[in-house]
Amino acid sequence: MFRIIKKESVAMHVEEMVIHAPHIAGSAQAGNFIILRIHDTGERIPLTIADSDCDAGTITILFQKAGKTTEELASLKEGDSIRDIAGPLGHPTPLKRCGRAVLVGGGIGSATLFPILKALKKKRNRVTVILGARTSDLLVWEHKFGEIADKMWLVTDDGTSGKKGFVTDALNEVVENEKVDIVIAVGPIRMMQAVAELTRFHDIPAIVSLNPIMVEGTGMCGACRVSVGGKTKFACVDGPEFDAHEVDFEEIARRLAFYKREEMESLHKYRTSCKGRCRGK
Amino acid sequence: MRARNAEKRKKDFKEVALGLTEKEAVREAKRCLQCKKPMCVTGCPVEIDIPAFISAIREKDFKRGIEVIRRYNMLPAVCGRVCPQENQCQGKCVLGKKNAPVAIGALERFAADFEAKKGVPKKPEKPKLNRRSVAVIGSGPAGLTAAAVLAKTGYKVTVFEALHEAGGVLTYGIPEFRLPRKIIEREIDFVTSLGVEIKLNWVVGKIQTIDDLLKEGYDAVFIGVGAGSPRFMEIPGENLNNVYFASEYLTRVNLMKAGSFPKYDTPVKRGKRVAVVGAGNVAMDAARTAVRLGAEKVYIVYRRTSAEMPARLEEVEHAKEEGVEILFLSSPKEIIGDKHGHVSAVRCDAMRMCEPDESGRRRPECSGNEFILEVDQVIMAIGQTANPLLTRSVKKLRLWGAGYIEVDEEGATNIPGIFAGGDIATGAATVISAMGAGKRAARAIDSYIKNKK
Ligand SMILES: Cc1cc2nc3c(=O)[nH]c(=O)nc-3n(C[C@H](O)[C@H](O)[C@H](O)COP(=O)(O)OP(=O)(O)OC[C@H]3O[C@@H](n4cnc5c(N)ncnc54)[C@H](O)[C@@H]3O)c2cc1C
Ligand SMILES: Cc1cc2nc3c(=O)[nH]c(=O)nc-3n(C[C@H](O)[C@H](O)[C@H](O)COP(=O)(O)OP(=O)(O)OC[C@H]3O[C@@H](n4cnc5c(N)ncnc54)[C@H](O)[C@@H]3O)c2cc1C
Ligand code: SF4
Ligand code: SF4
Ligand code: FES
Repeated sequence: MFRIIKKESVAMHVEEMVIHAPHIAGSAQAGNFIILRIHDTGERIPLTIADSDCDAGTITILFQKAGKTTEELASLKEGDSIRDIAGPLGHPTPLKRCGRAVLVGGGIGSATLFPILKALKKKRNRVTVILGARTSDLLVWEHKFGEIADKMWLVTDDGTSGKKGFVTDALNEVVENEKVDIVIAVGPIRMMQAVAELTRFHDIPAIVSLNPIMVEGTGMCGACRVSVGGKTKFACVDGPEFDAHEVDFEEIARRLAFYKREEMESLHKYRTSCKGRCRGK
Repeated sequence: MRARNAEKRKKDFKEVALGLTEKEAVREAKRCLQCKKPMCVTGCPVEIDIPAFISAIREKDFKRGIEVIRRYNMLPAVCGRVCPQENQCQGKCVLGKKNAPVAIGALERFAADFEAKKGVPKKPEKPKLNRRSVAVIGSGPAGLTAAAVLAKTGYKVTVFEALHEAGGVLTYGIPEFRLPRKIIEREIDFVTSLGVEIKLNWVVGKIQTIDDLLKEGYDAVFIGVGAGSPRFMEIPGENLNNVYFASEYLTRVNLMKAGSFPKYDTPVKRGKRVAVVGAGNVAMDAARTAVRLGAEKVYIVYRRTSAEMPARLEEVEHAKEEGVEILFLSSPKEIIGDKHGHVSAVRCDAMRMCEPDESGRRRPECSGNEFILEVDQVIMAIGQTANPLLTRSVKKLRLWGAGYIEVDEEGATNIPGIFAGGDIATGAATVISAMGAGKRAARAIDSYIKNKK
């Protein structure tokens, strides 16, 4: 059992949770994720370790209410427990001194860039951060990024915060005005695809963090397979980060939508039958 | 052995094979010739004293029967059900030359089930702890056996398991209708009753390395992480929607209980016309699971002939009774998708068997003809290979083949203090061979630690 130490809403539909998991906190690196299962009948879902604190023995996750499991997770309170958490999983982000880096985050993807930003700064890189969302209420952790990043861009589709437009508009401006050594993007598939195209055009190396559906997360089931450079890779052990220019985005978008019907059914059942009251059954 | 009616059992996940009644067991036991040089024993990887336990059953001393078995085999209820007996003990039984061999597996299961039913006290004597500790990685049959043997010898044993449940393939791979969960739970309870601690959700290689474990004070480490990584065919269409690797399909159903969605949160797609590629136990399990999830038609697609099928005989027969159709000499070359990227058919080469080559093995080759099988789901069950997650984290560990750990007969690796066994050392094999390896390694670990002192 893993106790929830702190829980807070950080943006519309986005929750931050600090969980007691000392053995994971002690070994988590930027880019790692966990797989959790709330209770006995629950599903295993992957979430990025957005931050970790070795001394306190805690990890922080940020998640968006996307369906049944994340909604149920959001209904838990401080002091409640999560049945299973496995991690840290996945390859850590390959971080080195590379010079100038641009981090591009869309929606909830933004927060998961935070440990990468911290690690890049530790290696004395110059880092520009571009955070984007549909509207200002959906921006997460912009203040935390602002404290560390060398340069910050906020972008919203509707112009309610920062620049109006898409993150790729901002990225375009950045790469046209300065030399960029690497771009790291996390967010919705179509956003990452657009970043891949833009950086390919400008001939800049780029990394994206893929989020396929996973089951066990240790390379044993193949649920998370993605095509990268024409080869099948398992995102949970070979990734989740890959060379943006090699990823088959159409395939991953299609695979992500595979259980749509079941996801709707599950959410509908959850909302109508128990409205969060059957937690921890 | 009697089995439940095929039409009824197709609709649920309850156990198919019914086991022997007391009368049947005694009658079967009486067929055994009590050979002076029992060939059956040479076929059993853990060399159970088969004539001795059978003779006990013949005398209706079932308690003695199970005691004999337990001296050699930690998981009799499991092995009696899943051992490929026709290639092992029963394959060697002298009676088999002319008639049916003695049903050793069924008798072993009978003895184990008797023990469970009668609640024969199986309470282990509390071993005297020797203040030494061993870390076991993986809670499959290899790890559980090593842990139990070491615990009985007096070691403090911690088992680290990546998943949220212990048991390895027994838990996430082999379906309920072949191996009921309560049997595995009982065996795991037995292991923990010896004082073994099982740490779940603990991915070694990620949380800490084996080096860390040794530094933390464990005197030795046993690696029993299995060969869980699915193998692909590398044919076009393998990543289409509704193409599953058997391990994902079975994990969803067995570990995550997707058959009871939405009561359980994990879904699984229920195919109507399903092609399962491969003909081992994994393929049979996937095919029969698909039947139970409501498929109208399930095909096994296999590139060789019935003579080469690696699955247990009983499972093949049960699958056929349940309506699974086996297409021999058929090799998929492409999975075809519809415009939404969902499976719609499999294109297969029709094969023929060549004359035996120098090694005496017959190989399938393309006959030049092909055919198309219209299906809406494909399950790949062409084998598993080593998962590099753990081995990658151990510097200088000597591997062979596709990343399996090289060990000597005792299970020692090239690094002192690190032992390994089961599928990760041999490649995908059997429950009983994994157990045998766990037991041998446990003894080797014991003498390693004693000599180190
Ligand atoms: C390595 C990795 C790290 C992740 N990190 C985070 C994180 O830090 N914060 C966060 O909010 N989410 C993260 N995700 C996504 C998260 O796992 C899903 O949002 C979650 O599984 C949805 O579960 P659900 O039952 O609530 O929704 P479901 O009902 O299962 O899905 C609802 C919607 O989300 C989509 N979806 C389903 N699974 C995924 C998925 N794995 N990724 C993206 N969309 C999905 C579906 O298409 C559907 O539209 C990560 C995914 C991966 C693979
Ligand atoms: C579907 C299926 C059906 C089968 N049917 C039969 C049958 O009828 N008869 C038969 O004899 N054999 C059968 N087998 C084969 C048999 O199950 C295996 O040979 C046997 O389970 C191998 O045992 P093991 O202990 O080596 O590994 P496994 O049973 O694979 O257990 C390994 C365990 O280690 C864990 N692990 C892996 N990596 C780590 C890590 N880094 N840290 C912590 N834990 C880790 C895994 O999660 C797993 O629980 C079948 C296999 C499958 C898949
Ligand atoms: S353990 Fe397996 S091989 Fe050995 S006697 Fe029992 S059924 Fe036969
Ligand atoms: S070989 Fe057959 S007949 Fe002989 S002891 Fe073994 S089981 Fe009995
Ligand atoms: S989630 Fe199972 S292989 Fe990646």
